[in-house]
Amino acid sequence: MGISIELEVNGASVSKEVEPRLLLAHLLREELGLTGTKIGCDTSQCGSCTILLDGQAVKSCTVLAVQADGGEITTIEGLANGEYHPVQQAFWDNHGLQCGFCTPGMIISCVDLLGTNPQPSEDEIRHGLEGNLCRCTGYHNIVRAVQDAAETMNG
Amino acid sequence: MYPSKFDYHRPSSVQEAVQILSSNPDAKILAGGHSLIPVMKLRLAAPAALVDIGRIDALQGISRSNGSLRIGACVTYHEIANSADVQAAAPALAEAAGQIGDRQVRYRGTIGGNLSHADPASDLPAAALALGATLHVTGPGGSRSVSASDFFVDLMMTALQPDEILTGVEVPVAQSGTGSAYVKWEHPASGYALCGAAAVVTRGASGSCTGASLCFNGVSSTAVAATAVAASLVGSDLSDATIESAVGDLSIPDATGDMFASAGYRQELAKVMGARALSTARDRA
Repeated sequence: MGISIELEVNGASVSKEVEPRLLLAHLLREELGLTGTKIGCDTSQCGSCTILLDGQAVKSCTVLAVQADGGEITTIEGLANGEYHPVQQAFWDNHGLQCGFCTPGMIISCVDLLGTNPQPSEDEIRHGLEGNLCRCTGYHNIVRAVQDAAETMNG
Repeated sequence: MYPSKFDYHRPSSVQEAVQILSSNPDAKILAGGHSLIPVMKLRLAAPAALVDIGRIDALQGISRSNGSLRIGACVTYHEIANSADVQAAAPALAEAAGQIGDRQVRYRGTIGGNLSHADPASDLPAAALALGATLHVTGPGGSRSVSASDFFVDLMMTALQPDEILTGVEVPVAQSGTGSAYVKWEHPASGYALCGAAAVVTRGASGSCTGASLCFNGVSSTAVAATAVAASLVGSDLSDATIESAVGDLSIPDATGDMFASAGYRQELAKVMGARALSTARDRA
């Protein structure tokens, strides 16, 4: 049985008929081709699938597509606007990644973190990113990237 | 990993949700989904239908009236942890909500889902128990209220009937002289409580203790109240030495252990976390 849902994904309207069990992460990756969002652990721990749903960072592998009906979604593909988002640029400048698999989710979480706390301390950054795992353990440069992005965004 | 197939219902009222539950014996309630969806993906649960209560207006919002705080079942951990009303009226609850999972989980997980799931290692049950919360429940026969002390029956078992919905949680507003706190020692990988302690302390005009409550998550199959320790504090001066001595006598007869932490270890941890929770609550009283 298909359920009709409507979403706004990265600014574009999307209408889909979906199976109730379809996870938001699979809708984004497989139906909409937005493969920037990764699926890492599939058990709600690693945060690779983090996207913004109505402005809040959520793990899209743990949200049903039907639950997101009517919502506004931003994925890593929707962050840049002609030029990189300051958080993307800061990850580039500070080499805030190693293999890059966790990076899309990490960047989305950082955008959410800086939205609620524009000047986080190092401790607040590490605590704020506890829902995103980097298996390369590249956390030091990620923290530097967030500090750099905060500085840029506070202008 | 996909869950098994299920029918999806999105009722707009509690009554409609109860009707759907009554006519679908194998249905489960979906709130934030952060406990249910993971177990469905692992195929540990395969309900025939989900009743998504996430858009029912009556289950949203935090309000304060007549000395109590009412929190709708679908209020998220994020909302509770950041609510000025909860921070002022029941700091232990705000602290417990703010320590669940991670940032992303706290945006989705709900108080109603958490308490109904009754995971003994989660953070809210002990806080609800220590604060003397009342849980409001609606079923086909109408509504009833259950005290937190009657709600948690056993490991992931509550007083909720299969066709009942937890609609809201009522917590008394802390009066002057009352303080509360929640502290936990978490599993370093999962973040679940190896031991979480919630304490509520009331001091009289002379500064001596006129009421105390101390409850734990993570050490037993349900949240447990350390009633003897709490009772021994009433009438005391609540000094650090008094608290240390009181928690030294703590005994949790049905403490449980696993490969990560034995029952004995958790029991010792409970003494330390219990003392920290009590002294923080005292400082706020």
